[in-house]
Amino acid sequence: MAEVIKCATRDAYGKTLVELGDKGANIIVLDADLAAATKTGMFKKAHPERFVDVGIAESNLMGVAAGLAATGHTVFASSFAMFAAGRAFEQIRNSIGYPHLNVKIGATHAGISVGEDGASHQCCEDIALMRTIPGMVILNPADDIEARACVLAAAEHDGPVYMRFGRLAVPRVFDEDYTFEIGKGNILIEGSDVTIIASGLMVNEAIMAAEKLKSEGISARVVNMATIKPIDRDIIIDSAKKTGAIVTAEEHSVIGGLGSAVSEVICETIPVPVVKVGVNDVFGKSGPAVELLHIYGLDADNIADKVKQAISLK
Amino acid sequence: MDNNKKKELQLFATKARIGVIEGVFNAKAGHPGGSLSICDVLAYLYNEEMNIDPKNPGLESRDRFVLSKGHAAPALYATLALKGFFPVEDLKTLRKSDSYLQGHPNMNKTPGVDMSTGSLGQGISAAVGMALGAKFDNADYRVYTILGDGEIEEGEVWEAAMFAGNRKLDNLVAFVDYNNLQIDGTIDEVNSAYPIADKFKAFNWNVVEIDGHNLDEIESALNNAKSVKDMPTCIVMKTVKGKGVSYMENSCGWHGKAPNEEEYNQAMAELNAQLKELEA
Repeated sequence: MAEVIKCATRDAYGKTLVELGDKGANIIVLDADLAAATKTGMFKKAHPERFVDVGIAESNLMGVAAGLAATGHTVFASSFAMFAAGRAFEQIRNSIGYPHLNVKIGATHAGISVGEDGASHQCCEDIALMRTIPGMVILNPADDIEARACVLAAAEHDGPVYMRFGRLAVPRVFDEDYTFEIGKGNILIEGSDVTIIASGLMVNEAIMAAEKLKSEGISARVVNMATIKPIDRDIIIDSAKKTGAIVTAEEHSVIGGLGSAVSEVICETIPVPVVKVGVNDVFGKSGPAVELLHIYGLDADNIADKVKQAISLK
Repeated sequence: MDNNKKKELQLFATKARIGVIEGVFNAKAGHPGGSLSICDVLAYLYNEEMNIDPKNPGLESRDRFVLSKGHAAPALYATLALKGFFPVEDLKTLRKSDSYLQGHPNMNKTPGVDMSTGSLGQGISAAVGMALGAKFDNADYRVYTILGDGEIEEGEVWEAAMFAGNRKLDNLVAFVDYNNLQIDGTIDEVNSAYPIADKFKAFNWNVVEIDGHNLDEIESALNNAKSVKDMPTCIVMKTVKGKGVSYMENSCGWHGKAPNEEEYNQAMAELNAQLKELEA
């Protein structure tokens, strides 16, 4: 078996911005003194004339992005998820979301897998915050292939987009010919007893969980849900009908993220058990990323356990 | 400025004040004080300074205006209506549920509004982004914004000011409506932002201090702004909150309150008298 390629989604973000710049796309990339970490630094190097660093000022970052968008530019604005969605929430809400401006927020270092920096930088609330903004599209890619596809789709989309990327290098899930469409989930593994709906780095864990469960005689469907908003209602309802139980898996708080979005659809359409794997309403802590993922139950083993719980609730 | 032109602008500003009172009275809500204080500068901007076309509000080459102190929307709406962006009669629909005149400016609903504002401190960032956008496109349009003096207590204002100064955005002019009143009291009582001019100077802005009701001073400050290269300009304009309506002048109480019928009648009588005097 070929060695699994590992790449952080933030790297794919930086590379795809360069690709867009190389193609002559009319984009402007902004950062707030984190260009090396968010990987917009790649774009800065390749297309310095289209790059602006606003300094350590995330509120102004979003406002300047809004102003640039109001004068007809497609803007990518980057910081860590904590400071983009967190600190600048109200700027995103009022200056970008409300006027529906063409700003693409590239938020990196999302979730527990930030690792050693600890809780102050581990943003597990960003999807919850962004979901409440009308018209906001939220994308949380699983690997570098999907991250590239998300950036290209965001550039084409008319309106605000929040893209969530990770710091940690994660295994590649998709083939090079993978096609992505905003608002569409996709079935990675077919199954009949339960559906695991996952996003971000939890997609690979969901695949591993399904393989483990198969050996125990449990058939799990795995759905990749890279678009958290607008959520793909059809694939959720179809999964509920065909498998009768759902487990969601995300590197985010169990409050307000993918698990909540799926639950909202299920409650109103075809009530079946939904069990959530995510960060259980606690702050993170410092430590190596992979170790932390296990500590917080963001792994295949916990997904497999929750699958059994969901099936027992049927 | 010759006297005829001055009189025309004064007439325009007085009509705008009437529009403010009509709107706020009919809405039974709104912000008359800080709207009345900026009618003169808006009259100059929209009649003399800015390149705009009411028949083509989206004209790419137009100058942009961002009302960072978005609660003064009634003054902006009155100005836009008098310029022909939409009917003056519609000012009475301010804040109604079926109106395109929202409590705070909405760029997607109201012709002539270049940016949605209302949350203090955010408009100046957007104005800075627009000025940067012009630089990116090598376009020669200019960007104007008005901040409240209470508004500059917001930290984002200084993030934006630092960035604009550093980027040498000489196509940007920010007015500070210096009327010394905010909701909870006078500026120096609540959280002194003084000295305003020195702060902007320290952020590498060209700063001019004027009387915000003196059209000659507004004109010369804006001409000065155009002549200064490599620096944004801040025009700190001393104003009277509630200007033009005697009982509203210099009163915190009229920041965000609508006049009752009696007060409305008095305000209209005073403003119509000013109009008559100017027309004489």
